[in-house]
Amino acid sequence: MTRALLFAPLIAFAAIAAWFAVGLRQDPSRIPSVLIDQPLPTFTLPAIEGRDNPLSSEYVKGEVALINVFASWCIPCAIEHPVLMQIAEDEDILIAGINWKEKPGDGAAWLARLGDPYDFIGDDADGRVAIDFGVTGAPETFVVDRKGRIRLKQVGPITEQIWEQDIRPVVRRLQAEE
Amino acid sequence: MFVEVGNFALILAFLAAIYQGTLPLAGALKGDVAVRSTAHAAAIAQGLLIVLAFACLTQAHAVSDFSVANVVQNSHSAKPFIYKLTGVWGNHEGSMLLWALILAAFGAAVAATKDSALTAMTVSVQGLVAAAFLAFIIFTSNPFARVLPAPVDGMDLNPLLQDPGLIIHPPFLYLGYVGFSITFAYAVAGLIQGRIDAEWARAVRPFALAAWVFLTIGIALGSWWAYYELGWGGFWAWDPVENASFMPWLAGTALLHSIRVVEKRGALKVWTVLLAILAFSLSLVGTFLVRSGILTSVHAFAVDPQRGVFILAILAFAIGGSLTLFALRAGKLQSEGSFEPVSREGALVVNNVILCTMTATVFIGTFYPLFVDILSGERLSVGAPYFNAVFAPLSALMLFAMAPGAMLAWKKGRLVEALRAAAPAAGAAFVVVVLAAWLAWPKTIVAAFGAGLAVWAGGGALIDLGKRIRLTAEPKRAWSRLGGLPRPYLGMTVAHVGVAVIVIGVMGAGVWRVETVRLMNVGDVISVGGFDATLTSVENLEGPNFLSESARFSIVKSGKDVTELVAERRFYPVRQMQTTEAAIRTTAMGDLYVVLGERRSAAGWAVKAYYNPFVFWMWFGSGMLAVGGVIAGLPKRAAHRASAPDAALGSVS
Repeated sequence: MTRALLFAPLIAFAAIAAWFAVGLRQDPSRIPSVLIDQPLPTFTLPAIEGRDNPLSSEYVKGEVALINVFASWCIPCAIEHPVLMQIAEDEDILIAGINWKEKPGDGAAWLARLGDPYDFIGDDADGRVAIDFGVTGAPETFVVDRKGRIRLKQVGPITEQIWEQDIRPVVRRLQAEE
Repeated sequence: MFVEVGNFALILAFLAAIYQGTLPLAGALKGDVAVRSTAHAAAIAQGLLIVLAFACLTQAHAVSDFSVANVVQNSHSAKPFIYKLTGVWGNHEGSMLLWALILAAFGAAVAATKDSALTAMTVSVQGLVAAAFLAFIIFTSNPFARVLPAPVDGMDLNPLLQDPGLIIHPPFLYLGYVGFSITFAYAVAGLIQGRIDAEWARAVRPFALAAWVFLTIGIALGSWWAYYELGWGGFWAWDPVENASFMPWLAGTALLHSIRVVEKRGALKVWTVLLAILAFSLSLVGTFLVRSGILTSVHAFAVDPQRGVFILAILAFAIGGSLTLFALRAGKLQSEGSFEPVSREGALVVNNVILCTMTATVFIGTFYPLFVDILSGERLSVGAPYFNAVFAPLSALMLFAMAPGAMLAWKKGRLVEALRAAAPAAGAAFVVVVLAAWLAWPKTIVAAFGAGLAVWAGGGALIDLGKRIRLTAEPKRAWSRLGGLPRPYLGMTVAHVGVAVIVIGVMGAGVWRVETVRLMNVGDVISVGGFDATLTSVENLEGPNFLSESARFSIVKSGKDVTELVAERRFYPVRQMQTTEAAIRTTAMGDLYVVLGERRSAAGWAVKAYYNPFVFWMWFGSGMLAVGGVIAGLPKRAAHRASAPDAALGSVS
């Protein structure tokens, strides 16, 4: 075996470690600059099987809204779900769901089991709308202002703490805006 | 008081680990036996101190001492006592302490073996790893931090984690992850000494097997928990953290196989050392993944970039250091003897190539989104379809090669002879493919081939076993021959059959499962997989820290009463969370799995019922893997019991 080859694992590791180091400095939940303050992508999604409240970008205009990307196969979504239920109960805010890469019927069954916090739910079975939103995984949540602009993006489940510390203040501020 | 004692013990353990990782290593390098040997005492002292610290934290959780931040965040006075105890490691700080405890226990286990330069250096390297982790705990994740004034009650443990399966899942996983620290330390010690030989392999193999067995059990338990607790009928989601446990398992499996080559043939030394470093490195990367928040996941209970930086430093130190040593010293390792491609060692190389490709596949799938994000700012996700698509052919290749590979003799094997011997397995596999394709036509032709390959691989292993114990030629003596077979061979056979059994379970649960959903009132029937489940009652019950809606189903199959099942939905008021407790009836042929949903007006409750064929085979096969690992690691039989025919067989193991 040539000696140079023995250095290959070290070099590979150095590359990976450098890449991790860069990755660490990026806040995984930070909004990509391309989306912040940009208008919501225009889209229309059919209702999911078993529900009759489809979602279109028009429906959320004029109100402060949360657009939440979820799926029944997504375990963190199950963790986030009770927090969304609580928000739906306590807050005067529109909550829209994008049911992402779901098999027909699974989304409705999941909501039947855990409860339904959504005012509108769009079926994004092939994930095309999620691509427009730059979604990398479920759950992700977008806070949209009255003018239909994305103001905040949350990657990963909304926990009670994240809601109270990071998202609710923004929602309150946007609700106060005209 | 106990809390301060625990904190103090932790700091003393850190100091002991620093000693353990430095002076004895220097002593061993200089040939100073007296200094070298102190590694053993230091390892044991470090272990006892961490036991003390762990006991103190357990005490704080047991009596619900809400002046401790860790207890407040993860416990509640009404939580059942058993979960108060297991809550000790159901959180970031406590689980890191458990990690350190297991690390110290493994170090002490090596320290308890015979005193040699190799063991002293190994224990010392282990001490360095322990020191790094103890520093991490003390400086970024101290479980003994106080909150003053103390709150009246705690925030409770995430109810998904209040479960018997999760009592033992993390400890086993950690025993596996941390167990690979020993093979890592042996590899580093071997590199420092410049000597990797049969003696080294014999010292390492039991630890590699132990780590692998623990990791196998840990992963199987996690998968089982996901299956019965999350109520989605699945068992594996290719979640980043699942992948994080799977990567060291794959590398560790490769390591087990290549260590055998070092032991028997004195070859593949450089490769084996690299695998030993890799298996532990992947365990560390697994920790990095979970703790740094670099990837989001259900398991990520301590997302904190600060900790991520610290763990990255540990990674750079441990992996970077060992790989530098590897680059400088591995060139000195010499292979002994010749290497024939068609031989057991040749087959093991094939095994290693496939397993490492699998590891790389999982690694790429897990980290690719991060890579793309950094490079271009574009965000994407890699899901189950990618993993299934690349894993299916690799697994097929593996299963295909397993049967003849395990039949080849060391040094020089005969491939044609092996294939001929395995012919009946091929016949059985063909029958299974045709039968399975016909029964489940047309949707699952791929699964039929999967089952056929499993029969080929498992059948091949059994045929070889039958031949070695001369089952057909001399059936009366077969049993005593079985006891006389070399332990590694016996363990391998059990584990290989276990793999085949798991594959059938995965095909059943992953591909052949059927499901139905409907709204049900009391008296309604839902049918799935030949079972009729009648909803007989729904009651509201009160548990210790939850409220439950509990539905009874009576199950009928072809007109006969089978059993009664209870499915629950639980609500945990403190965390405002719901969980589902699926009703499961397990048989060897398949599971009936019923999940209770929410009540939707007068139409009744949404109920989802699955029939998951062969699920039990996954758990049983995982058990066989673990048992096989244990058998392979048992000490050699005493020499006098090796009678003449056994000795003859011994040479082909």
